[in-house]
Amino acid sequence: MSILSQATGLLRSDKSSDRVVPPTGYSARLTIFTAAAMAFLAVFALAMSLAAGRLADRWSDALARASTIRISAPAAEIDAQTWAVLTVLEQTPGVDSARALTDEEQRDLLEPWFGPDLPVESLPIPRLVEVIETAEGYDGEGLRQRLAAEAPGAVLDDHTRWRRPLVEAAARLRLLGWVSLALITASTAAMITLAAGSSLAANEQVIRVLRLVGARDRYIAGAFVRRFTLRALVGAAVGTVFGMIAVALMPSAAEEGAFLTGLGFAGGQWLLPLTVPVLAAIVAFFATRAAADRTLRGMQ
Amino acid sequence: MRGHKLIELEEAAYGYGADPLLSGLSLRLAKGSFHFLTGPSGAGKTTLLKLCYAELLPIAGSVTLFGQDAKQMSRDDIAGARQRIGVVHQDCKFLDHLPLSENILLPLAVSGRGQLQDGNSLNELINWVGLGSRAHALPPELSGGERQRAALARAVITDPDFIIADEPTGNVDWEMSMRLLHLLVELNKLGKTILVATHDLQLIRAAKKQVGARVLRIANGRLQLAGADL
Repeated sequence: MSILSQATGLLRSDKSSDRVVPPTGYSARLTIFTAAAMAFLAVFALAMSLAAGRLADRWSDALARASTIRISAPAAEIDAQTWAVLTVLEQTPGVDSARALTDEEQRDLLEPWFGPDLPVESLPIPRLVEVIETAEGYDGEGLRQRLAAEAPGAVLDDHTRWRRPLVEAAARLRLLGWVSLALITASTAAMITLAAGSSLAANEQVIRVLRLVGARDRYIAGAFVRRFTLRALVGAAVGTVFGMIAVALMPSAAEEGAFLTGLGFAGGQWLLPLTVPVLAAIVAFFATRAAADRTLRGMQ
Repeated sequence: MRGHKLIELEEAAYGYGADPLLSGLSLRLAKGSFHFLTGPSGAGKTTLLKLCYAELLPIAGSVTLFGQDAKQMSRDDIAGARQRIGVVHQDCKFLDHLPLSENILLPLAVSGRGQLQDGNSLNELINWVGLGSRAHALPPELSGGERQRAALARAVITDPDFIIADEPTGNVDWEMSMRLLHLLVELNKLGKTILVATHDLQLIRAAKKQVGARVLRIANGRLQLAGADL
């Protein structure tokens, strides 16, 4: 019999089977609360992981194929060196496009630090050339040597120096999010196993009576499995709703916003937290079934 | 014919410690038979009954339930066999949170046959054991005699082939004992196989006047046919 049909059989509602196990208000409330708390944390871990993933992808994509050449030269030479740099770039394999930033663009870049109305043209500011690579990329060392020969004031910055640690940090953060989710899942399984084990032990006499009147293990286990699966599902659904509300209430992020303001779900990602209650129910199903099997094996 | 022997013990032995409590037990319970099992307290009557419905498995020899070796049966097979055996336990175990009527219906529910098709049948059964007014009572509210009769009703609700009763009159007065005995005799006349463990010799004598019962005695860990005095 497949696991799916076993699961459906165990979860199929059976009023008589559900009634044979006496209700236990305290443990039920505790299980629901714990499942809700775990789901709440899971939603945050998921949001963090997805936000970190988005950040890593954005930094990686945006910066991987872009580099900058900074030309610092006396005012009289800057146009000539810029022309030389662009010529070199035109002849360099692996360079898709290159262009010198306009004064307007340079002003925009400096505006956050120096404010508007900055007289860029009258300041000794280096000229910036934006380089976009092809998918194959260019030979950075070769380009540096050619630039040194043709335009001594040009310095190539391929962003590697600060891009790599940022992307690595974001990737680690994403991994940390998934590890957190795995730990939350394992903790939920452990908690349900303990609660189910405790319930099975408290109902040992009931189980013995059921065995004596001819109940199969499947019938007995089903009563407990349904109960704990439902509790985990309800608790996790409540926790997920609160978690999603909390994430939705986070300050909205601008495109270039910092990581903290970018914590949340984007578009279709809002559907992902809805899997948390289902996952919790699946974990509860298997944890309770394992606990029930262990207990029942010890009884004739 | 093998099919007619519902339960068969062949040189079966069982012990809780190093020394076997029971050994060399050989017994064939044929369909429609009525057996009493007697012996002093602690002789192993309950142990022998437990071997008959596979709550215990023999440490030597064999116990065959409905043609299957109990030691080779899966847990589901044992549960299936128990659905064909109605047991009145000495301590009348019930689910204390369910009313009497639901406790009586329990064997039907666990066997997947659901509830009785005809609601009157349950009432008839409850009335048959004289508990018509107690159907909604919880087990802890019942007296010893009422519990024994409720256990008997639960034991027969699935129309089992074989009924085992362990000291069914242990906690009741003589009048109630006779009433319970009468119910068991009625069931035997309907073709049920009955095995009753009791140390009440008066009960056995009273039964023998109504039905052709065989009396087995456990002495020194062995099973013997009781003498003509019984």
